[in-house]
Formats: sequence, structure tokens, C-alpha cells
Amino acid sequence: MRFADTLRFARDAATGYPLRTALSVLAMSIGVAAVVILTALGDGARRYVVGQFSSIGTNLVIVLPGRSGTGGFNPANAITTTPRDLTIDDAGALRRASAVSRVAPLAVGTSEISYGGRLREIMVAGSTAEFIPIRNFELAQGRGLPDDDWNRGASVAVIGATVRAELFGNEPAVGKLVRVGDRRLRIIGVLKSVGQGLGMNTDELVIVPVALAQAMFNSDTLFRILVEARSREAIPLAREQATEIIKQRHHGEEDVTVITQDAILATFDKLLGTLTLGVAGIAAISLAVAGILVMNVMLVAVTQRTGEIGLLKALGAPARTIRLAFLAEAAMLSSVGALLGYLLGQLGAFALRQAFPLFPAYPPDWAVIAGLSTALGTGLLFGVMPARRAARMDPVQALMKH
Amino acid sequence: MALIELTGIERIFQLGDSTVHALAGLDLSIDAGEYVAVMGPSGSGKSTLLNLLGLLDRPNAGSYKLENIDVTTLSADELARVRSERIGFVFQSFHLVPRLTAAENIALPMTLAGIPLKERNTRVAKALVDFGLDQRADHRPDQLSGGQRQRVAIARATIMQPALILADEPTGNLDRHTGEEVVNLLEALNASGVTLIVVTHDPTMGARARRQLVMEDGRLQSDSAKP
Ligand SMILES: Nc1ncnc2c1ncn2[C@@H]1O[C@H](COP(=O)(O)OP(=O)(O)O)[C@@H](O)[C@H]1O
Ligand SMILES: [Mg+2]
Repeated sequence: MRFADTLRFARDAATGYPLRTALSVLAMSIGVAAVVILTALGDGARRYVVGQFSSIGTNLVIVLPGRSGTGGFNPANAITTTPRDLTIDDAGALRRASAVSRVAPLAVGTSEISYGGRLREIMVAGSTAEFIPIRNFELAQGRGLPDDDWNRGASVAVIGATVRAELFGNEPAVGKLVRVGDRRLRIIGVLKSVGQGLGMNTDELVIVPVALAQAMFNSDTLFRILVEARSREAIPLAREQATEIIKQRHHGEEDVTVITQDAILATFDKLLGTLTLGVAGIAAISLAVAGILVMNVMLVAVTQRTGEIGLLKALGAPARTIRLAFLAEAAMLSSVGALLGYLLGQLGAFALRQAFPLFPAYPPDWAVIAGLSTALGTGLLFGVMPARRAARMDPVQALMKH
Repeated sequence: MALIELTGIERIFQLGDSTVHALAGLDLSIDAGEYVAVMGPSGSGKSTLLNLLGLLDRPNAGSYKLENIDVTTLSADELARVRSERIGFVFQSFHLVPRLTAAENIALPMTLAGIPLKERNTRVAKALVDFGLDQRADHRPDQLSGGQRQRVAIARATIMQPALILADEPTGNLDRHTGEEVVNLLEALNASGVTLIVVTHDPTMGARARRQLVMEDGRLQSDSAKP
């Protein structure tokens, strides 16, 4: 039998029994749609988290006070329980490190800002000129903090987009004097709006010189030191050097934790990647179930059409022709199911993206390819047995079942 | 020249612990172009003989030469090929494929044999006219009368221009009048040179054949060619 005729014959056979055809197509499409949607969710979560972490800066190394619990036992730690604070001079010392390109000390606190009778709560970030480039912020108007002595806190501020909008409306903000806490500061710049980023809304931030922030909050400690490594490859070295320099300054005590954005990223990437894979595996089980269903449907078809198989044999069809006809039918059921499932899955992922615009729910290519080929593979694999059964039938026996 | 030569054919079925000799020590020779009726009581082995002649079944012993070829040694695929090219079947219950139209049912042997669509269409168109079915080409079997169905089946049996047509009680499911029409059709085919072997219960129909075989318990009880 010609290939086109085999396909036409299989198609007519499939459409001749709409209920069982619809059933197997449905099962197959649910399986594929499950793979597409679930991996879109998993990979979307991975992309979202990775995106959030990437947005805090490039090649970032973060120094925070206190030893993290995972560092193992260190005899030096056993002596003092309270870790030494991080200071502006600690941050300054890190600039000596060869693998480091930029350093920004960071002191934070909350305060109030007021202008022209309008008042609002804000987050104050005390830092230096390099804070804005390290964090990949951009200026909408004006300029950033002055690049002068870190211990000299000029009375200037850079404000976030929301703060500007709420305080100044359509008026220009740069050059205006505002009150922050009990100090009068001059606005020298406005940040571009970037929206939510890892718990800290930059649009509601007010950035001031670090010494000024410390004076406002009456403290000489830092919340973090942000360090930018020269390159991606330099990150481990920058981390080592930062640890060593602080250790020396703290009399040999390793009382800080140095984390790299890369390591956090890699951890989340791996964790959520594994999650996606696991979810895909679970969804693939539904594909295997669909494959078994297709097999049973085809076995029913073979039994139902025993008389027809006998007739085909009487009319001179060799075993191969009969095998191919039934295999083509199974392949058709699963490929139509797979295609439908793919469309359903993409539709579902699209709906997810519409409902949660921030969430990049795109199914990864590998999942789509694996899902589709598993569907076709199981369909064919499970179609072989019924097809062989049909081809092996005894024509006389088969003809009697009519 | 003999089209069919059976010698010492045995066909034994095992049913539990009893053995049934459906055909026993059968010798038979049929020439090309003959018109043979096979008769006998139910269970005498008529269908078994026809299945064997049609290469749907193999004997347990004996030799079967079809057109001088010993077909008992052929493989399943070779047998399928001989069936496709040389033999046409007509069944009591028509055996049409329900989802295919009359035209598609008639074309089925050619489709299976891989004959190009164009040639199929011309041959089917001619067959539809020859068998008075040109108004029914696109009808499915359930939209046809019993007589029309059997005409479709006969058209299908002849479409590959076989040397031999085997009909197992072709009028068994038809009323007297339509049965008569179908027999006329088959006889016309025989008149054009095709060898025709018909199994029948009906003595008047059997009497119309030029040669009558009567079977009993798997043996040839009488053969009108050998009085
Ligand atoms: N597949 C089979 N298995 C067992 N016995 C069979 C089978 N086919 C036919 N027979 C037996 O062989 C004998 C001849 O059957 P059959 O050729 O169908 O008779 P007829 O067509 O003359 O009525 C019967 O006794 C029948 O029961
Ligand atoms: Mg019979």
C-alpha cells in the first residue's frame, strides 16, 4: 500500500470511531499540556528569581558583619561572641584589593522626608558615589553623590522616583531643599524608576552620603559593604581578598561573612532548575499514562476490527501493510494529541503571563521538545504491540468475527 | 489445463481432545474457466475447502497446485500476493468496510496492492457502471440494500481481474429475487472466462452450475464430472 493511502486509511479509521479517538487525543494532549505548563511555571520561577538577583548588580560581592553559621568552627570566634562592626574605614581598605573595581559602604535606616508641607516615610541609604553604578541604578535627572572624602557628609540627597513624584508632582526636584529627619538636604539627583527589587523598593529610597547617614542615625557602623569585582572571573579572588583584608583589620578574627551574588544565583538557578526538571518528570508520567491509554485504545480497535483485518488479508494485504496501517493510526492519535497539547500548554502559559505580568512563564525549549517527542515516542511504542497483534491474526479466524 | 489440483488434502482441527477431520483425503482437479457448485450438509467441510483454495488456510497434509505452482510451500507474504493478483472472494455477509464508500470499498484491493490513484479511479468508475452502482458510488454500506452490498462485494472481487472467484454462500443473506440477480452477475463473470466456485445450500442454484461437488464429512461424496 502506498504511504499516502496508508495515512488516509488510518485517518478514516481514526475518524470512524470518534469517541475512542477523542479520548486518546485528549489524554495525550493533557499530558503534553501538563509538561508545557508545569515547566513554564518552574522555569518562570527560576527566571524570576535569577532576574531579581541579577538586577542588584554585576559581579557583586557583599560583606556583612557577623560570621555565618556555616563557616565551621574557628577558635578566634570562640573568644569574642559579639562580632566587630564594619566601619567606613573597613570599606575604604577594600579599595586596595587588586580584584576589586568599586566599593560602596552602605548604612541604612528609616526616616521621614518633608517638602512644602508634604511628609512621607522613607528608607535612607547612606553610601558613596559608587553606590549607584554598583547597583546598576540610573539617574533620571541631576547627578549622583559627590566623589569626595567618605568621612565628609555633604548635605545632599538623591531621591527615588516615587519620592520625587509624591513630594514634587510636576515641579522640578533637583536643587530644592528638603528636610530629612532634622536635617536640611539639597536634592542633587533623581533615580530612574525601576520598581520592586528584592524587598527594597528603590523608588522610595533616599540616598545620602554615608557619613551623613551615620550622623543621622547616630552610629558609626555599616549595614553592608558592596564590592564589585573587576570581572566575573575575579569574583572568587575579590571574595578572598576582601575576607583577608577585613580579617587583618579585625586583629585576625574572621568576623564577617562575604557572599557572592554569583553563588546565590547559582544556588537558586540549580535549585529551581532541579525543581523544573522534577516537575517535568511528574508531568511526563501523565504522558506515559496517555501512551498506555493509546495502546489500550488500539487494542480495542484491533479487536473491534478483527473482521476487517481478516478481509484485508483475504484481499491480499501482507502483514507489513496491516502493521503499518495500525501503527500509522496510533501515531496519528498521539501526534494530534501532542500538537493539541502543545497549543493548550502555550495557551495556558500565555494566560499565566497575562495574569502575572512580572512572572516570565515561558516553557523552556528542552521541555517542549522532550514533551513532544515523549508523546510521539510512547504513542508509537505502545502502538507497536496492537499493530503486530493485528498483523499476526489468522485470516480465517478473523473473517469469522464479523 | 488444470487451474487447481488438490491431492490427498487433509485438514484437521483440534477441539479440546477431539480431532475433527474437516477435510480428509481430498483429491480434486478444477480446470480454468469452470463453474463449480460445492454442496453438502452443514459442517461437511465446504467452507474449509474454500478457505484452503483461497490460500487463507493451509492443509495439514497433501499438495495444492494453483496454476501449476505448489502453493503449500509459499510464505505468508507470497500467499498474500497470489490472493491479491489471482483470487477474488465473495462472502455471505458481504464484508464491506463500513466507513468506506462503495467506490472506496471496490477500490480497496487496488489500494492495498499499491496501484496509483488515477488508475484506481478509472477502473472503479468502469466497475460502478458495469455493476449498476454508478448512482451509489459515494454511499456507505449502511446506505445500501443487501443486493447492492453484494454487488459492491462482487465488483471488489473482480477489480484485480483474478483468475478465480470463490463465493461462500453469496446469496445466503439475500431474498430470492436479489439472490437471483447476484447469481446472474457471477455467471456473467464466469462466461467471460473467470473460474467460479460457489458454495451453496440452495439446490436450484447448485443445479445451474456446470459441475456439482457434494461433500460429506470432509470427503467428496459425489462429483458430477466423474459419474
Ligand atoms: N477453526 C476451527 N476449529 C475447529 N473446528 C473447525 C474449525 N473450522 C471448521 N471446523 C469444523 O470443521 C468442520 C467443517 O466446517 P466447515 O468447513 O465450516 O463446514 P461447512 O462450511 O460445510 O458448513 C465442522 O465440523 C467444523 O466444526
Ligand atoms: Mg460454511
